[in-house]
Amino acid sequence: MPSTREIRRRIRSVKNTAQITRAMQMVAASKMRRAQESALNSRPYASSMNQLLAEVVANVGDFWHPLMEDREVKKRACILVSSDKGLCGPLNTNLMREAAKFDKESTAFITAGRKAAQFVARTKRELTAEFDYKDAPLFSEARAISKQAQSLFTEGHVDRVDVVFTNFISTLRQTPETRPFLPVTEIKRLESDVEGKGGEAALPQGGTEFLFEPGPNEVLGALLPHYLNFQMYQILLEAKASEHSARMVAMKNATDNANQLVKDLTLEYNKVRQAAITTELLEITSAQLAQG
Amino acid sequence: MPDTLKLEIVTPEARTFSGDVSHVKLPAAEGEMMVYPMHVPLATQVASGEVIVRQGYEDVFLAIGEGFVEITADRVMLLSDMAIKAENIDEAKAEEARRRAESRLQEHLTDEETATVNAALAHSLTQIQVKRRRRHQIGAGAAPETEA
Repeated sequence: MPSTREIRRRIRSVKNTAQITRAMQMVAASKMRRAQESALNSRPYASSMNQLLAEVVANVGDFWHPLMEDREVKKRACILVSSDKGLCGPLNTNLMREAAKFDKESTAFITAGRKAAQFVARTKRELTAEFDYKDAPLFSEARAISKQAQSLFTEGHVDRVDVVFTNFISTLRQTPETRPFLPVTEIKRLESDVEGKGGEAALPQGGTEFLFEPGPNEVLGALLPHYLNFQMYQILLEAKASEHSARMVAMKNATDNANQLVKDLTLEYNKVRQAAITTELLEITSAQLAQG
Repeated sequence: MPDTLKLEIVTPEARTFSGDVSHVKLPAAEGEMMVYPMHVPLATQVASGEVIVRQGYEDVFLAIGEGFVEITADRVMLLSDMAIKAENIDEAKAEEARRRAESRLQEHLTDEETATVNAALAHSLTQIQVKRRRRHQIGAGAAPETEA
C-alpha cells in the first residue's frame, strides 16, 4: 500500500495538471467563440458567391478560362489545412487519416499549419509549399495559398487540386473533409450537390442570357480568382473554428478526468490515513493491556 | 410585375442589408448605375463607392468596397469586401485608418502588402466620402428628404 505522503504528492500534481488544463480550456473557449462567429458570419458570403458563380457560369455560354480546364489527372496537389499545435483531441489524427488516402507518388502537398507540414515530412511525401496562418486568419494569407495552387495548376504542374481540412459543424462535431478546389467546374458541381439550392436558383434562369459589363471575359476573369481566394479563406476560418472547438472539448475532458482522479485519490488517502490511525491505536491499547 | 427588388448586400463579415427596395444606385465598374425592378439579367463588377437604396419612402446610404453584383428581374445580389451604412461610419476612425494606410505606403512593401494597404486606403477614403456627402446634404437640404 502506498504511503500517505506518496498519495499526497500525487494529489498535488494532478491538481496542478487540472489547473493548467482548465486554463487552456478557458483560453480555447474564448478563442472558439470568436473563431466560430467569424466562420458563421462569412458563410452567407461564401454561399452567395458560389451561387453567383454557378449561375453566371451556367449562363455564360462557351466561355473558357485557364482555371476551368478539365485535364486528365496525372499529377495532383493537395492543400492540407491543419492546426499549429496539438492538444486538440483527435482533430489532427482524423485529418491526417483523410490526407493519407492520397496517392503518395502522384500527389504534391501544400500545407497550412505546422502539424500538416510535420505529417508530410514524417511520411516522406512531396512538399511543394508551406504556409502558416494566424489565429484570426487574414484574407491575404488565404490569397497566398490560393495563388500558389492556381499557379501550379495553370502552369501545368498539377492537373487537379483538392483541399483537405476540418469542416466545422458544431462545437462537438468537426469532420475532416476533402473538397475539390481546381479546376473550377468541379466546385460548381459540388456546391449544387451539397446545398441543393444552387440548382433551384439556377434553373429558372436557364433560358435567359446574362449581360456582362464590361464583358464576360473580364467579369469571370476577375470573379474566378476572387472566388477561389475566398473559398480558401472560408476554409481557413472553418479549420480554425474546428481547432478551437476541438481543443476546448479536449481540455474540458482532461479537466474533468483530473478532477475525478483527485476525488479517487483523496478517498484512497483518507482510507490509508484511517488505517494507519487504527493500527496505531490497536498497538497502543495492546501494549497497555500487556503492561497491565 | 413586381414593383420591388430583393436586395442583398453581403460581405465576409455579415449580411449588411437584406430587404425589398424600390430601386438602388450602384457604382458599377463602367460608371454609376440605377437599377429598377425588371432589369435585364446582368453581372458586373462594382467599384468602391456609394450605394443609395430607396426603401419605402426612405433612402439608405452605404459605403461599399470592390466586389461583384448580380442583377435579375426581381433580385440584386451585391457581394463586396466592405459594406457599411452611412450612419454607422465613424469618420474619425476612417480618417485615422486613411492616415495609417498612407504612412504605410511610404515604407518598402512587397506587392502583396501594397495591394492590401491600397485596398484598406480605398475603404477608408470611400467611408469618409460617403459620410461627408451625407452630412453635407442633411445640413443643406434636410427639407427635401423629410418631405419625400
